[in-house]
Amino acid sequence: MSVFQGRPVIPGTAEAEALVSHGGFNTLASYQKSLMFGDKTAKCGDQNNPDLYQKPMAGTALCLPQTIGSTTGGMVLYCAHAMERSPACLLFAGHIDSLAAAGAILSHVWTDRPLPTVDCLGEEFLNTVKTGDRIRVYADGKVEIL
Amino acid sequence: MELTKEQQQILDGAKGETMAKIMQTLVMYGETFGATKMVPVTGEMGHLVTSFGLGVMKPVYELMDKLIADGAVSGQKFTVDPKPLDKNVPSDFLKNLVFRKFMYSAQDSYDAQLEQLGLADKDGYTCACYFDQVGNKPKKGDVLSWAESSAVVYANSVLGARCNRNSGIIELFGSIVGYVPYFGLLTDEGRKAAWVVEVKTSAVPEAQILGSAIGMKVMEDVPYIKGLSEFLGRELDEKTCAYLKDFGAATASNGAVGLYHVEGLTPEAREQGEDLIAPNARTYVIDDAELARVKASYPVMWKNPEASPKLCFVGCPHLSLEQLKDWTEQVSRGLKDRGLSKVAVPTVFTTAPAVMKEFQKLPQAKTLEETGVVLSYICPLMYMNNPLAGKMPVITNSNKLRTYTTARYYTSAEILDIITGGGRK
Repeated sequence: MSVFQGRPVIPGTAEAEALVSHGGFNTLASYQKSLMFGDKTAKCGDQNNPDLYQKPMAGTALCLPQTIGSTTGGMVLYCAHAMERSPACLLFAGHIDSLAAAGAILSHVWTDRPLPTVDCLGEEFLNTVKTGDRIRVYADGKVEIL
Repeated sequence: MELTKEQQQILDGAKGETMAKIMQTLVMYGETFGATKMVPVTGEMGHLVTSFGLGVMKPVYELMDKLIADGAVSGQKFTVDPKPLDKNVPSDFLKNLVFRKFMYSAQDSYDAQLEQLGLADKDGYTCACYFDQVGNKPKKGDVLSWAESSAVVYANSVLGARCNRNSGIIELFGSIVGYVPYFGLLTDEGRKAAWVVEVKTSAVPEAQILGSAIGMKVMEDVPYIKGLSEFLGRELDEKTCAYLKDFGAATASNGAVGLYHVEGLTPEAREQGEDLIAPNARTYVIDDAELARVKASYPVMWKNPEASPKLCFVGCPHLSLEQLKDWTEQVSRGLKDRGLSKVAVPTVFTTAPAVMKEFQKLPQAKTLEETGVVLSYICPLMYMNNPLAGKMPVITNSNKLRTYTTARYYTSAEILDIITGGGRK
């Protein structure tokens, strides 16, 4: 088991299967098709992300460096969360970006369910975690790869 | 974060629960980035990114309803991104049915919500709100609460305004309370360049590929670009501003750039020069080979890569009036040279409604109409984002459109050649 300590942006607990994006996660490109066409598993639609393309994102522990692309990003993430199609938690290797932070905070303030979000886990976290690993997240920002 | 008495009162509920939650959202947003205070929005107008009434995005429209019901509307007028529908854009019965009855079924009700929230004008739908004809052009130093990645990067870089890469909804919240958290691109320190980009190409680089290359390399960092003003000159004239518009949109969509400096050209680079470069900045050299490598890396998403293009979009971000005139002249001349009268591929040029109105007063409007090119205010990105349009072989010179859809990228020269009958090479 590997343990990493990050900063809880939105404190919360979660246990889920890791989905790892080594490149920037383009929130709009990843989510737009699944939101539009009722895909409850939220398969990633971003053709430029070979790690995630066509993989289900709903309920996963999404491990990523940061989000990129359209400034609809935070709104899209909020919408996905309100519709129960978001990842179970967001785990950032570096400092969270402004769009992802918006999505996590909007979900926290404007829905009944928080979206546990941890950043600053370090580059080693992304080098270690693999898609399919079981992940446990604690409210203090501790992340275990089981 | 240290709040003023008024800000604290709003947070404590003095203006109602909804305003308190809006302030809470902004405070949490700021604290995540180490903001120590909220600062007033000094720009005259806002700009929102969300222009589409996608029926399935109910949580967003329910939130808007709540804001309106509780009187939490924007304290400043705003413009908004382009509409996703225009009956003038080539379509068919099935697409029209899917677009209007299924996908964008909430368009009319969302448009009505925008009006109630503070939309400046019924013609205020464009991603390039800073065009003179549109009138939402911030001054240097203005603090903004905007979203739309291409508009934010333009406002910061070319106009010298100050705005973070805010998300949709967050930008509206800033316009509602009149304050934004002070961090990132609002601060002098946040505007320093972490990268020096050395442009060493043999000719003026294609704006959309150069922007893409830089975006993919620096991600959300600020680049300081050397060598580009050798090609563009040192004046922010209309042609150069149009180049920077397209370049910036590619940096923001292929990466997450919110501000760039071009040595000797953009306002802060002219004033501060290399003082804008942060210590230990990294270097990225771009030459002809690097641009060719980046272009070759774009995946072709068409089912049949050899298919003939069925539609072409030019104008993501929206075309300026000068670009529109220039494209019209080039298409007209290209067709004439080949003895053709109409474009070989159905083609749509997109621009702001206010620019369209100006263009339609000019003789070039008739010339463009004669070529068969459709002029529209639509958002090509929103048009493309559905299975029907997604399966079409669409071509574009927009790296933003390429990134978010199945549209295939060609340079502007290649696009011109294809639509004027030269075929694909």
